[in-house]
Amino acid sequence: MTLQDFLMLDLPPLLAAMLAGGTCGLLGSFLVLRRESLVGDALSHAVLPGIVLGFAITGARSGLPMLAGAMVAGVAAVALIAVVQKAARLDPGAAIGAVFTTFFAIGLVLLEVTGARSVDLDLDCVLFGQLETLVWVSGREPGALFDPAALATLPRQLGLLAGVAVAVALAVAVFWRPIKLACFDPGYARAIGLPSRSIELGLALLVAAAAVAAFEAVGSILVVALLVCPAAALRLMTDRYTVQVLGGAALGAALGAAGYALAGPVPAALGLDLALNAAGVIGTLGGLVVAVAALVRPLRQDRPPAPAPA
Amino acid sequence: MIAYNTLVVLSGCALLGIAAGTVGTFALLRGRVLVSDAVGHAALPGVAVAALIVALLGADPRALPPLLAGAAIAGLLGVLAVQALTRTKRIREDAAIAVVLSAFYAAGVALLSWLQTLPGAAQAGLSKFILGQAAAMRAEDALIATTVAALCLALVLLSFQRLRSVAFDADFARVQGLRTDRTDLLLLGLIVLVCVSGLQAVGLILVVALLVLPAATARLVTHRLPRMLAVAAATGGLAGASGAWLSALHPEVPTGAAVVLVAACLFTLALLLAPERGLLARAWQIAGRRLSADTEHFLRAAWEAQEAAGAGPGTAGDRWAPIGAVAAARGWSLGKARRLAFWLAQRGLVARAEDHVHLTPRGATLARRAVRAHRAVEHHLLAAGAADAAAADRLADLVEHGLPPGMAARLLPEPSALPASPHALGARR
Repeated sequence: MTLQDFLMLDLPPLLAAMLAGGTCGLLGSFLVLRRESLVGDALSHAVLPGIVLGFAITGARSGLPMLAGAMVAGVAAVALIAVVQKAARLDPGAAIGAVFTTFFAIGLVLLEVTGARSVDLDLDCVLFGQLETLVWVSGREPGALFDPAALATLPRQLGLLAGVAVAVALAVAVFWRPIKLACFDPGYARAIGLPSRSIELGLALLVAAAAVAAFEAVGSILVVALLVCPAAALRLMTDRYTVQVLGGAALGAALGAAGYALAGPVPAALGLDLALNAAGVIGTLGGLVVAVAALVRPLRQDRPPAPAPA
Repeated sequence: MIAYNTLVVLSGCALLGIAAGTVGTFALLRGRVLVSDAVGHAALPGVAVAALIVALLGADPRALPPLLAGAAIAGLLGVLAVQALTRTKRIREDAAIAVVLSAFYAAGVALLSWLQTLPGAAQAGLSKFILGQAAAMRAEDALIATTVAALCLALVLLSFQRLRSVAFDADFARVQGLRTDRTDLLLLGLIVLVCVSGLQAVGLILVVALLVLPAATARLVTHRLPRMLAVAAATGGLAGASGAWLSALHPEVPTGAAVVLVAACLFTLALLLAPERGLLARAWQIAGRRLSADTEHFLRAAWEAQEAAGAGPGTAGDRWAPIGAVAAARGWSLGKARRLAFWLAQRGLVARAEDHVHLTPRGATLARRAVRAHRAVEHHLLAAGAADAAAADRLADLVEHGLPPGMAARLLPEPSALPASPHALGARR
């Protein structure tokens, strides 16, 4: 593998996978701690009609309309879940299941109806992701990394991912304490006057943004893997909030990098004729990490407690 | 004339919907519907591995039974994985479901991409299991799905009593000596069977909707389990058949999406129009309650306006009261008071003339009853020292409605008489 190959073919997907993994891993901890993992699942499906509409209306696959459409769809889904849950007196899981499948189905139909004009927003992207198609045409030499003109030709998905990643990181840093309270003791957070509804809605918006940015990289369904797997694995390994949240982000980024590497470049470097879907490998690794964490846990617990000082 | 193949596929989808609605009802009542989401997604690697094995053995990789068997095994593994993760006590069921469904699905995606690189056609058509494609079903495939769905229905009917007792009060059932863990296992098995039989028609992503939506629709419509099962089965059957029909007419729309959208429309209809729980029915109920409260308030204000104008307590009722005074007493706008006066005149409770109202005999009876109820509550609150006169007035406004006359009499010191108001009458303070 030459350096040029790496810059052109491997760097953009690697960056995209790491950015998507880091962003989703960061937000995933909040979902898991707030027992809203399925909201993440629901949002990642429910943003589909928004993405398709945003794309269909502008006719261009630029980031912002799709992002806006996805946010609208995400908020609508969250609101609708609340309405259905209350009006039909369903348990939250059932309300989520009823709403997100409907949104996803609408998205699929819209995709077909508007499909005539979309060459590159297709079902395969939704179902499998398309990390492999991210290519940096100008990345012929290392100097291009510092050349603004060449950098401008980086795949625009990377720009969207980076923007969302920065926004999410900023929001989490600024609202660190309120979010922490809202995760651990929503009742207390309300009692001391924190706007817990706004925090809830803000988290949902961030998740929707992360879902839409990561959607193009790993596909609509595997966003769930990036949201939940790192957070669940950390949940099994640590009790410390900071470790949980930041570790989730780090683990997500690591999963993205390792998954992409294992899917193509590493087997290729070893001379194996094996090319797997990168998103699939990333998600599988995520599941394996959770499984290993779950298996290792009892071993750690079985250690005898340290003898008390005499 | 419908072709034989289409007919078989349609009836297969209908029966699938019926089975899904029935099983989904129990899953919903037991709070387990989203397990089917994990089962559905987990089926993908099972299908892929089964296709690989079949292709290696040299058989036709498109034969349905081995694929469905693989899906069932993977689905069961998925359920077991969810339970194992939940047993760590660290990961709750919702997170466990999300982890399992995404990881299994990802493994399936990776396997599919690997199969694609192999010689032979092991992966041919496997991706249609993801979103469902009833149009591509052959009659014999539909017959297999139909058989599985029928098996589910038979199992539900056979174990109806057990499922019912677990669905409503699992703890009580356990205390009664029922093996609820076995029943739960049976329910999980049924969920897996339904998901697997629905793979080809609806696809693994949306099969959860076929379990949730009909059951949720039925829950809106009725409280009784037999009726709920019937409604869920009918909804599911209708959604399955018409979804398959729609996607046969428009092959570019995935069958799964069509089925789910039909089911979602039925659910929305039920959400709006269900007789008791529907949004419209409840809005109607609330509006009716508000109108009857306003009616009582109007009549009482008209009565008290006459008392304020000099009629002794208990003798008001034969004078004209200005609508403006009623509005001022209630803090209403004049327009609202006029509209209410018009409505009460239509019902024959007041006569109207020149912006005044006069209680009819029937209106006077109702007004007297409302005044008694109001003063009874006020008197009770004051006697108990629970409030001062103004607060008692306001509290009584809230609780007096629907107070039976007998109860009002028991709250009053002198049951036969209409006591004087404990506070000055007139415009709102």
